[in-house]
Amino acid sequence: MIRETAFDRMLFRGGGVLLALIWIAPLAYAVWAAFHPPAFEARFELTAPLTLENFVSAWAQAPFARYFINTILLVTMVLSVQLVLCTLAAFAFARLEFPGKSILFTLILLQLLVMPDILLVENYKTMRALGLVDTIIAIGLPYFASGFAIFLLRQTFMTIPKELDEAARVEGCSLLGLLWRVYVPLGKPAMLAFGLVSVSHHWNNFLWPLIITNSVETRPLTVGLSIFATTDSGTEWAVINAATLMTSAPLLIGFLLFQRQFVQSFMRAGIK
Amino acid sequence: MNSRTWIHAWLMLLPAFVFLIAFTHLPAVTTVIDSFWTTEKGRRPAVFTGFGNYEKMLADPVFLKAMVNSAIYAAITIPASMALALAMALLVHRSFRGVGFIRMAFFTPTVLPLIAVANIWLFFYAPGFGLIDQIRLFFGLPSANYVGQPDTALYAVAAVTIWKEAGFFMIFYLAALQTIPQSLREAAAIEGCGRWTFFRRVTLPLIMPTTLFVSVNAVINAFRLVDHVFVMTKGGPDSATMLLLYYIFETGFRFWDTAYAAALTVVLIVILSIAGIGQFFLADRRVHYK
Repeated sequence: MIRETAFDRMLFRGGGVLLALIWIAPLAYAVWAAFHPPAFEARFELTAPLTLENFVSAWAQAPFARYFINTILLVTMVLSVQLVLCTLAAFAFARLEFPGKSILFTLILLQLLVMPDILLVENYKTMRALGLVDTIIAIGLPYFASGFAIFLLRQTFMTIPKELDEAARVEGCSLLGLLWRVYVPLGKPAMLAFGLVSVSHHWNNFLWPLIITNSVETRPLTVGLSIFATTDSGTEWAVINAATLMTSAPLLIGFLLFQRQFVQSFMRAGIK
Repeated sequence: MNSRTWIHAWLMLLPAFVFLIAFTHLPAVTTVIDSFWTTEKGRRPAVFTGFGNYEKMLADPVFLKAMVNSAIYAAITIPASMALALAMALLVHRSFRGVGFIRMAFFTPTVLPLIAVANIWLFFYAPGFGLIDQIRLFFGLPSANYVGQPDTALYAVAAVTIWKEAGFFMIFYLAALQTIPQSLREAAAIEGCGRWTFFRRVTLPLIMPTTLFVSVNAVINAFRLVDHVFVMTKGGPDSATMLLLYYIFETGFRFWDTAYAAALTVVLIVILSIAGIGQFFLADRRVHYK
């Protein structure tokens, strides 16, 4: 090992702790403001009384329950469609030979660069033509075929030994049977990784939902929160912070509980 | 190879491609086409104008401002978030008590919605009672309105982006650091190689592919992450935080000038394509592959 003096060690640890404290400060602050009365939002006293009042009043001031349902519907729909469509496509790219394969794969990769996120105007026109403006389906439609998921799953499927294919074929397994019995079970870790990335992406997505929705019945949490926080009704900071924490809580709690899986999923998703 | 396999393959690709073409490729093409026409207004139909929208752009001070802002925003957030990400990875790529907490602190911003953290940061920046101002007042400095002043607003917004992204990029560097063989460290120690030399001559070249991957993502994100602008500044004050994608949104969905918005989108697509292609070629020369 390269020699590490006690001073080096202290420097590294001290630096790490300092940077971590800076990094966690915004969240720590939001927690402070949300759980204390508005009078203490900028006064940090240990004796400040704790309260849930801010959450209660945020919940009462905007239809957050509805926004939660909308977001949950959205992420569930997007992820399930993505998994089905992209597994099928990834399997074809990984294991079958057919004319046009490389051109079609290039078309998939193009989506990694030119994402639906920036094609706002044209996608809005399409939704209007389909009569889908202000529906939850319209929020998800542009993301159903994920170039990223196809790429990730293809890479995973390519590592599965071909001997398994042959064995399954000998057993009289059809192509879809092979996909379902061999590839899907072995591809589960990659699917889980993609699932976490997809759920957090669509839970947090804002711009496209903002454009395509305009009613309480369809708005996801992010859009609902932005409307709640920017209305000039003199809403208190403490209440806004409570609302902010509330909308992020499911992902945050999920992350704290399954930290290792989260980090590994994002890592896996990026490296393949 | 037989034609039955072909048909199977195409059938398996069909559903994904229907959506891919309908919502990515086709709109990308129609964006380009629409950018050569005027916006349809009421009964007046769209008229072909050639490069009219592009000429308008060159004379549009807000567009020029947005381009300059986007360039500054990219020039700050890309290197800063990548350097911080690498520093973070080096800091937590060791085991000591509390390293788990540090790693968590770095990564947490990644799972929070940008629109939500913008609210928190807005309060940080709030003049008078915000946290940053309280620290300034403690040291006897005058109160400052970072988000409300044209000369600081863009940096205030960029800081949020860096905070959000660094932890995300960190995990890729962390994964890369884990692949560096222990034997190299031992060999370096025998050679009497210093910590800094080891980092510069061994670590940096070995993690080059990761740097490339991260930088592609950083470039894309520099033009894509505008959610916090909606909450923090709405492009203001005086267009100080007007970024290209935000301007596309304003043009297309506030002023409903969809043709001009299409032309602006073409500019964004061109920038992203150049970034993608450029980095692809750069990759061949500068990256060390095993």
